[in-house]
Amino acid sequence: MAEAATEKASPTDHTAEHADDPSAPSHTGHPSDWEYIKVAIFLAIVTAAEVALYYVEGLGARLVLLILCVMMVVKFAIVAMWFMHLRFDSKIFRRFFITGILLAFGVYLIVLTTFGVWSRPGEHTPVSPSPPTTTARPG
Amino acid sequence: MTVTHDEESTPTTTTEGSHDELAPEHPPTSTGLSNEKLAMWAFLGSECLLFGALISVYLLFRGRSAPGTITPKDVYDIPYTSVSAFVLLMSSLTMVLALANHQRGDFRRFRVWILTTALLGAAFVGGQMYEFTVFYEKGLKLSTNLFGSSFFVLTGFHGVHVFLGILMLMSLFTLSLKGRIPESRSEVIELGGLYWHFVDIVWIIIFTLVYLVP
Repeated sequence: MAEAATEKASPTDHTAEHADDPSAPSHTGHPSDWEYIKVAIFLAIVTAAEVALYYVEGLGARLVLLILCVMMVVKFAIVAMWFMHLRFDSKIFRRFFITGILLAFGVYLIVLTTFGVWSRPGEHTPVSPSPPTTTARPG
Repeated sequence: MTVTHDEESTPTTTTEGSHDELAPEHPPTSTGLSNEKLAMWAFLGSECLLFGALISVYLLFRGRSAPGTITPKDVYDIPYTSVSAFVLLMSSLTMVLALANHQRGDFRRFRVWILTTALLGAAFVGGQMYEFTVFYEKGLKLSTNLFGSSFFVLTGFHGVHVFLGILMLMSLFTLSLKGRIPESRSEVIELGGLYWHFVDIVWIIIFTLVYLVP
């Protein structure tokens, strides 16, 4: 359905038409106002769940981290796809944005790994120079 | 796009379907897409690298401050920040409603929604300034420790982006009042909206990774 919508929507529509009914789907191929409101309600619920998870005790830190990251990615994707219209616009825009995200993610993943950010504080030992070697003088 | 060869082996480029049908919908550019919109997406892609660097530095310095200095648990007020995050999230809704109304030619509603967006953004920035003040009074300054440095730089940069977004929204509001953004130029509003939504999604990441992650 999404792909069909993508194909039907013009990349940038300069021919917006008047529509008296805000609940009706836009002539630009974008969702109606009511659909935007439903998306916002969902985002608010996910945000509330995130905050609630912060106060839940008994769950492991890694599990909480995993759930929070999943919710974060879901919220990010929904805002980008619906509010920023990536779902309805030309795929080139999506590729531009995703390229930036993947580039940033890859580069900084390497940087953080290099600096040992995944180890616990205190465990991290920076790369130290090799110990000095003593050589016996001849004679 | 398909490339065909005529009898004289001269390559000619044609567009599938009737060119006359597609022509009015496409901007007259080599890509068939709006150059301004393409530039905005390229800019947002580069902004990912900027905020990626700032978030990475925060994660790198996390838990590595000098012992005995202020930690995030000492200063964070999660309910307060949650309300701020909610306010910014809802500003994305009002922004997209503003754009939808402009595309429908309903300029009165467009101005209401874009002004609401700017007010929500101002509420967020005001809340952030208040939060910074509280942190400062608790002893957390830019130079207190690694946490203070990375936190203020990251959230401060984001706050500046929101502030610039508010200026942009107010400019659009003023131009609309003067009748200088007709329905045919709704892409101007869309570009402003893209920037605003980007600021929102950056906060989605900051709120989770900086405030909520244990």
